[in-house]
Amino acid sequence: MASLSSPLRVCRGILKELRTIQGPSYKQSLAYNYVIDQFRKNKVTGERYCRAQQEAHHASLTYLCLLTSTRNHLALYNLYHGKGERSPEEVAGLVGLRLPTQPGGKGWEK
Amino acid sequence: MFKSVIRLQSRLGGVITFCKVFPRHELFRNAMKYSTASAERKRFYQDVSISQGEGGLYEVNLDRKKLKTPSGKLFTVPNEALAIAVATEWDAQKDSIRFYTMHLTTLCNTALDNPTQRSKEQMISAALKFLETDTICYRVDEPPGLVELQRNEWDPVLHWIESRYNVTIGSSSSILGPEIPEGTKETFRQHLGSFSLWSLTGLEFVITQLKSLILSLGMLDRHLSVERAVLLSRLEEEYQIRHWGNVEWAHDYDMYELRARTAAGALFVHLSSESSTIKHKLMQD
Repeated sequence: MASLSSPLRVCRGILKELRTIQGPSYKQSLAYNYVIDQFRKNKVTGERYCRAQQEAHHASLTYLCLLTSTRNHLALYNLYHGKGERSPEEVAGLVGLRLPTQPGGKGWEK
Repeated sequence: MFKSVIRLQSRLGGVITFCKVFPRHELFRNAMKYSTASAERKRFYQDVSISQGEGGLYEVNLDRKKLKTPSGKLFTVPNEALAIAVATEWDAQKDSIRFYTMHLTTLCNTALDNPTQRSKEQMISAALKFLETDTICYRVDEPPGLVELQRNEWDPVLHWIESRYNVTIGSSSSILGPEIPEGTKETFRQHLGSFSLWSLTGLEFVITQLKSLILSLGMLDRHLSVERAVLLSRLEEEYQIRHWGNVEWAHDYDMYELRARTAAGALFVHLSSESSTIKHKLMQD
């Protein structure tokens, strides 16, 4: 997406993700302050093609990709991934039974 | 005093495990937190913060306790950005802790513990061995749409890496793959030798995800973005998706997982290998 690569949009994207993760108090978080600092520091540069600026830009794009894709992955996981087996207690509870308990524990348990 | 407990784990298909119950010692409490993978770990901390320890290494604190790696070592990272990113990962967990979303933490743990005791040389030779079966070098003969797509998308990357590193890597459509000359391997070996152990851990991770050394190097040299590298790695799948349609619970799931892991690996390598200084220039008018 060519329109994504301007630093302002990347910065906004990262901050939006942080807000999604952390809720309303995201402005006090470490990541927020660090990101804003980094964007401010790298904004002004003398040369026309500044390698450090390009590197920082690429790193910020990478971090944005990381945040968005973990969020999407988690959403798809919650939507589609198998929830695992039920425990024996729950299975018994499905038909209205309860597992027997042995007061002394079974032979191999302590 | 240790108590010996024999637990029959029915979920593991009748495997009997010997498990010692340690006393509630701080050191081991956090080490055990990774071991119960099947049980759900609830979030047991409120705040996540970072602090600078001895030697300039940064540590992550959950509430008051220091974070430890699965083998019990103290979790330290060389720079602040990585520590903040790991802290954000831990902070992002709500209710229960999902380790499969915490890619940076996993990578740091692997680099710190090195559980399989790999040395730099082993990692470099493994990466070079992967070059022989690199995704980009394997072309198909048919269908023609896919041949065309591979030529248009993969060839520029091949040319870029050949000119950047002054090597020859061909592409082939035979089952044996391309012949990689020794000079190429030597050049790459030298280049990878300049990476630190942490960077090599990250690189290995990225190569395993993208199934290509060339794409990994292209991404780490900032020639390709993460999304583009993932797209190129999954080129055939994308072609089939365009033809047959997208299945969200398989294709999208895979793509986002791949992107997340690749982005984590790339960020890990970048942060492990760079050090930034700010030079303030005076404005002269």
